Amino acid sequence: MKILTANRLTDGEAVWFAADGSWAETIDVAETVGDKAGEARLEAIGKAAYDNNEVVDVNLIDVSVVNGAIQPLRLREVIRAAGPSNRLDLGKQARPAAGAA
Amino acid sequence: MYRYDEFDHDFVKARVADFSDQVERRLAGEITEDQFRPLRLMNGVYLQLHAYMLRIAVPYGTLSSKQMRMLGHIARKYDKGYGHFTTRQNIQFNWPALSDIPAILADLASVEMHAIQTSGNCIRNVTADHFAGAAADEVADPRPYAEILRQWSSVHPEFSYLPRKFKIAVTGAERDRAAIQTHDIGLHLKKNEKGELGFAVYIGGGQGRTPMVAKKIRDFLPEQHLLSYTTAILRVYNLHGRRDNKYKARIKILVHETGVDEIIRQVEHEWQALKDGELKLPEADVAAIQSYFAPPALTARPEGDEAIKLARLDSKSFGDWVDQNVFTHGNPDYAAVTISLKGIGEVPGDATDSQMHAVADIAEKFGFDEIRVSHEQNLILPHVARADLKAVYDALVAIDLATANSNLISDIIACPGLDYCALANARSIPVAQEISRRFASLERQRDIGELKLKISGCINACGHHHVGHIGILGVEKKGAELYQVTLGGSADEHTTVGEIIGRGFGPEEITDAIETIVETYLGIRLDRSEKFLDAYRRVGPAPFKEALYASEAKAA
Repeated sequence: MKILTANRLTDGEAVWFAADGSWAETIDVAETVGDKAGEARLEAIGKAAYDNNEVVDVNLIDVSVVNGAIQPLRLREVIRAAGPSNRLDLGKQARPAAGAA
Repeated sequence: MYRYDEFDHDFVKARVADFSDQVERRLAGEITEDQFRPLRLMNGVYLQLHAYMLRIAVPYGTLSSKQMRMLGHIARKYDKGYGHFTTRQNIQFNWPALSDIPAILADLASVEMHAIQTSGNCIRNVTADHFAGAAADEVADPRPYAEILRQWSSVHPEFSYLPRKFKIAVTGAERDRAAIQTHDIGLHLKKNEKGELGFAVYIGGGQGRTPMVAKKIRDFLPEQHLLSYTTAILRVYNLHGRRDNKYKARIKILVHETGVDEIIRQVEHEWQALKDGELKLPEADVAAIQSYFAPPALTARPEGDEAIKLARLDSKSFGDWVDQNVFTHGNPDYAAVTISLKGIGEVPGDATDSQMHAVADIAEKFGFDEIRVSHEQNLILPHVARADLKAVYDALVAIDLATANSNLISDIIACPGLDYCALANARSIPVAQEISRRFASLERQRDIGELKLKISGCINACGHHHVGHIGILGVEKKGAELYQVTLGGSADEHTTVGEIIGRGFGPEEITDAIETIVETYLGIRLDRSEKFLDAYRRVGPAPFKEALYASEAKAA
């Protein structure tokens, strides 16, 4: 499975393309695709967003879905999705979980 | 300290205005990322995993209290309350928004700082011995020459698009604390038999995927020829350095592939045409720059020895700190102090905004307003009266920066690694933290003695692992982190590249492996005076291999 990720142009925030068509700040709402057609569609979306100066460093990344949660296969992407592993008080991992409020 | 003249002020202000306009146009979508990337890199702006990163130049590692306060202000206002001091004596902020960077650069310009040439294929921040101008063993302060090189290399039209980045370091002492032999050009300031100043010139050193120790190409270059000779080297490199392969583009590869004798011939040939031209440094200009670096007026403070003696009786931890973190100054009443940014379990090189402000206050009160950043990712107060050491120590204790571990195993150089860096393959910081915690006991660290441990999270070697007495290189293997260990590297006047000891270790094994190496050393050293590096050079890798891998060899 793959998802589409990038960094937002204005502040560099790591973002993922979500099923609702937005660039989300958390990975859990990313749209997953499981076939070449889906990948091609996400790639086209990424290129359009890059050309439209919304995001930079656009990449399709490999993930698996475990108990409904999206988990990147590479540690690099795990850290991008969470924040620095040595500073749990920083990055997305430090934010209140969605719905927790 | 060097103070900007009118030209410097105008130059930096103009650059801030240029880049602010470029950021504005980028955010408005008027220029593309492909157009913008080289512009942002020339101004120190990278894109990392979580955010943009801004690398700010600290020329030859020298900062005033006012400048340090500004760094603290930037950390607090625009970032997340901390900054990371680097092995190029610079500072990086890990979380700035692109839209805030024009304001940050304007703030920096107000204290004579900038981020120009902290990236890109140009001449980067010139680094220097962090004890320059203070060390008892120095011939002369090398920083005036670093400043001359800075002025000459800033937006140098011929050398702004080199085949690859270019790093210069200078030292003014026989004991090399600036790692000059790991640089593209290393300059050792010294005196000839007539007492004149000049440089031993080294070229072609470097780390990365092809580590090389620099070759000495001239034993004594009279100081007035600094720029003409450097220009000759850069011209030969700019003309013949490879542009077809990024990994073979540094001058070290050119020197290696061409041969030292032929490189010397080419440089000398080029230099003959330059040496008596406009690049020859007028004595008056050198003297004018030197005057900026005149040592502060160090009044006699002979009460220091007595004060230290009494304070030692009162506090063992103060005594330990004096023994470990205080360095001999040229003036016997004074000392240079290493402020360790390597507290046990802390992130090497990180300082909080409050710590930056507090260090600025301490430097203002006790240190003639001067602070240095060392390439080993610590801060230095170069001129402190020995009589004031206890007060400085107490002030550092209050901000958790009094760890007495300078040059010990927990004084680790570590790159940001995969926790921040887009190029990294493995994490560095958590490895450094765990090793630091394992060896937390200061008594144990002091028994082990001088041991330079350096960690990089990828082959680019920002963490200088090749020249660590113990080096750790993080790689990615089958999707997991793996740490390769090298032994026997050093970055001093006898620079060597460490040797890979054997198969790598997983994240959960690496600290044990380091402990095994240290225990092996303790078992083989002749006595406490034989340092790790000396013992390794005497016995070679065999006992360390045996200790690390013998059991699996038997099992197989």
